[in-house]
Order: sequence, then structure tokens, then C-alpha cells
Amino acid sequence: MIVMTKDTMEIVREQDVVPFRNRVREFSTRIGMSLVNQTKLITAASELVRNMLKYASGGKVILEIISYNAKTGVRLTFKDEGPGIPDVAMAMRDGFSTGRSLGLGLPGAKRLVNEFDLKSNPGEGTTVTVIHWKNGR
Amino acid sequence: MERIPILKMGPFLLVTIQIDLYDRLALTLENDLINMVSQTGARGVLIDISTVSIVDSFMGRILGNIASMSRIMDAETVVVGMQPAVAITLVELGLTLQGVYTALNVEKGMELLNTKLGDNLELDDDEEEDQDDRND
Repeated sequence: MIVMTKDTMEIVREQDVVPFRNRVREFSTRIGMSLVNQTKLITAASELVRNMLKYASGGKVILEIISYNAKTGVRLTFKDEGPGIPDVAMAMRDGFSTGRSLGLGLPGAKRLVNEFDLKSNPGEGTTVTVIHWKNGR
Repeated sequence: MERIPILKMGPFLLVTIQIDLYDRLALTLENDLINMVSQTGARGVLIDISTVSIVDSFMGRILGNIASMSRIMDAETVVVGMQPAVAITLVELGLTLQGVYTALNVEKGMELLNTKLGDNLELDDDEEEDQDDRND
């Protein structure tokens, strides 16, 4: 895997979300991702960044353009030092929420991107990594 | 503070969302709209999202809330102009916007609201007629 471009953004306030989404759009446009795939990736990113703000009062996101097996894509890594997720399997279920939301964030984001990885240690934080390839598969 | 303008047109309220909504702005809009429905006695709310490129679960929930709250206050809500990419994404996300009427564009949305208003008026008339019958 080759990383071609890399950027890091701190997300600490709600107002950071829109500039962050624009940055994700910039990265996806740069590799020529189609509008539908861009929309899917940005929506997934929006869900994940919202989770980070809500449950961990913020964190940081690493944005990368990567190349692997002749495929180009955008990889986003969301890192927070929040309370962590005690039951990841439960959190990945549709309709499950410990907050007062619809509970679509994590499972929905997973459906929208090509690759999704969640690692969480209670008390230490959560890291979510997503990859969306240029052609969406 | 930044606000999304709400226009009154006859019995309807019109909102065009032309910027990417952040959470507080969306919540303010929800609040303003419900207050406007109450103050003006509007019978319909039309929300144009044709320039909105991202609708996530939060934004979807706000649209659903506006529709449910308006309905309780006797006004129907129509969301118009959704971009195809947004529609595809919403369904995959698992958000089906239940209880929210949708139309392809503002014109069709107005038609839909007018039809709904017409149906309701007819219903009201029927009730009055029933009343008359009873008096006879």
C-alpha cells in the first residue's frame, strides 16, 4: 500500500464538521471519484465524525489518498480518546444507540464504504478506519 | 446568528436550504419552522434541498421531525429536489424518511401541497354537510 497524500484534521467542535467534509470532497475529487461514491464516502465520514464529537468530545482524522493493487482510494482514520465502545457487536447493529439518535451511524457508515474497521478499547478510545475506492468497489 | 430564511406564500411556508447545514443551524430551522407554522396557521411546508449535497442521519432526523411536528400542527411537509446521489446514499444508510412527502421539484411539490389542501377542504365540507343532514 502506497500513501500518496496525507493530511490530519483536528475535530473538536461542531463547526469543524463542514470544513472536514469539504476536505474529504477535495480528496475524492482529486482521484476522480464519481459523485455517487463521493456522496457515500462523505456521508459515512459525517456519521463517524459526529460520533466522535458526541461520544468522545472530538478527536482527529487522518485523510489519505492510497494506492493498492492498481486501485486508488481515500482512506480516513478517525481516532479519539473517548470512553470506547464496550460492546462493538451491539454498536454495529441497526437501531442500537446509547445516545438519543436513530442508531444508524456505525452500521450505516459501514454499508456506505468499501472497507470498514473498528477497534475500541474501553477507557482508551476508538479508532475507525474506512477506505472507499475510486470506482466504489 | 446565521438563519435560514422562511418565506410565506399563501397558505404555505417555503424554505430553500442553500448551504451545508451544521447541527445548530438545522436545529434552529426546525424550531423557527414550527413557530412559523403556529404563528401563520400555514397548512403546508415545502423544503427545497436541491443544492444540498449531503444528508446524513442527523439531517434526515431533522427533516422527519419537521414533518411530524408540522403534522401535529395540521400542516403537511414536502421535501423537494433531492439529488440522485443523496437518494442512493440515504437508502443505503438505512434512512427512508418515513412520514415525509417528497416531490421531484418545487413545482411538483406545490402541486402536491395544493392537492393535500384540497382533499382536506373537501373533507371539511363533507363534515359540514353531515351536520346539515342531522339538522333536517
